[in-house]
Amino acid sequence: MAYSEKVIDHYENPRNVGAFAKDDPTVATGMVGAPACGDVMKLQIKVSADGIIEDAKFKTYGCGSAIASSSLVTEWVKGKSLDEAALIKNTDIAQELALPPVKIHCSILAEDAIKAAIADYKSRHGS
Amino acid sequence: MKLPIYLDYAATTPVDPRVAEKMMQFLTMDGDFGNPASRSHRFGWQAEEAVEIARSQIADLINADPREIVFTSGATESNNLAIKGAAQFYHKKGKHLITCKTEHKATLDTMRALEREGFEVTYLEVEASGLLDLDKLKAAMRPDTTVVSVMFVNNEIGVIQDIAAIGELCRANGTVFHVDSAQAAGKVEIDLQALKVDLMSFSAHKIYGPKGIGALYVRRKPRIRLEAQTHGGGHERGMRSGTLPTHQIVAMGEAFRIAKLEMAAENARFATLRQRLWDGIQDIEQVFLNGDATHRVPGITNISFNYVEGESLIMALKDIAVSSGSACTSASLEPSYVLRALGLTDELAHSSIRFSIGRFTTEQQIDHTIKIVHEAIDKLRAMSPLWDMYKDGVDLNTVAWVAH
Repeated sequence: MAYSEKVIDHYENPRNVGAFAKDDPTVATGMVGAPACGDVMKLQIKVSADGIIEDAKFKTYGCGSAIASSSLVTEWVKGKSLDEAALIKNTDIAQELALPPVKIHCSILAEDAIKAAIADYKSRHGS
Repeated sequence: MKLPIYLDYAATTPVDPRVAEKMMQFLTMDGDFGNPASRSHRFGWQAEEAVEIARSQIADLINADPREIVFTSGATESNNLAIKGAAQFYHKKGKHLITCKTEHKATLDTMRALEREGFEVTYLEVEASGLLDLDKLKAAMRPDTTVVSVMFVNNEIGVIQDIAAIGELCRANGTVFHVDSAQAAGKVEIDLQALKVDLMSFSAHKIYGPKGIGALYVRRKPRIRLEAQTHGGGHERGMRSGTLPTHQIVAMGEAFRIAKLEMAAENARFATLRQRLWDGIQDIEQVFLNGDATHRVPGITNISFNYVEGESLIMALKDIAVSSGSACTSASLEPSYVLRALGLTDELAHSSIRFSIGRFTTEQQIDHTIKIVHEAIDKLRAMSPLWDMYKDGVDLNTVAWVAH
């Protein structure tokens, strides 16, 4: 299957691969997907005291589109407030990466990962 | 080194230059372009002679009589003709058929079509090795079982079924035995004087011949009858009508002739290359060879790489042309049904790669492949949350996944 140049770029040079220290209280983690489905995304965000996402990192087990989708959202969430980040839609991701219809679920998973990370942060910080 | 490296010989092979050379002599005005069925002039006679020589060359490789060879468009058509043809011809004797879950779709889908016609089909499980348990086959056989269809060499994992033993069981039960040998011809010894096989499918493009041509072996003693599936001018003794494509048939004959001459040496070379590949890869952690380790052809090696996903692995391996056990690239998102039938988890089935080597594979290509595989696995595992969890000692089966 032919991938778009953007998918290939993110796949070959993924942005923000890695993980933050687990015990850092400013870090929240969202992990979505299942190995049996062929993709698992782990998205971590580092949130400042005033609720801005300062940094983000990901690790993804999945196809090229899943890796590209998670790499892209780490770029997009940086500098956004939690509420702004929650507005990122899977359709924006799919459009930016020109994902084919069979790969739309990758963008949905990336959106879910952001939401899961935000929910994790909120549950830890009681807001 | 020329990239990408072709390691997908089980999907198709390039035409051997010697075969292409031969094939070209049967196309143009200067060549033998005639219709082999034309009886009234030398154009036809020459084409017919060429077809009969090719028929003998094919029969020669498998120790059969040339009159037992019926030309078709390929193994898919041969499987259709064999299974439907025999099931329909012998339907008064019974309507029960047996096959195996790891067969090619050309067999499985043909069986499904027959189910819609009122036939009953038993799909046998295979062992974790990919091999059929003969006791299970024996237990599944009934007096009304008319056709058993089992492939010689599996296309995904390369395991070789015990065709001789299955043949004995079928003959004892008076059951027609069909064998799909698309991946076997030129790779394993096939002696149809010894094997109790009644019908056998062949393809040219898996053995360095062109696409679009194949053959079905139809036993004469004891005689096997088939209901024709393609009707017309009564070619191929009424079993398969349609003008014979002389150039393709001649090419298939040449490919089989070469295979007979070179098979032994080629297999020895493939075995060395396969070992070199496996030795270079097996030191990676969490790597598994799929299918029986001994009953296999040397050309096909199917390996699962745990904690990396198959399609991204294929992307990382862009300099080598291989195929994935994950059908993620198609719309289905399903892992290989063959690997699932071996009992592999979805994850391992998703993360498997078939490396198939062939006539033009070199040692340098294998060495480069090993290097690329190591780099790809390192890169993807560095990116894989599952790998981290494995390294942290987390049992992935105990994790509550958020499935989607």
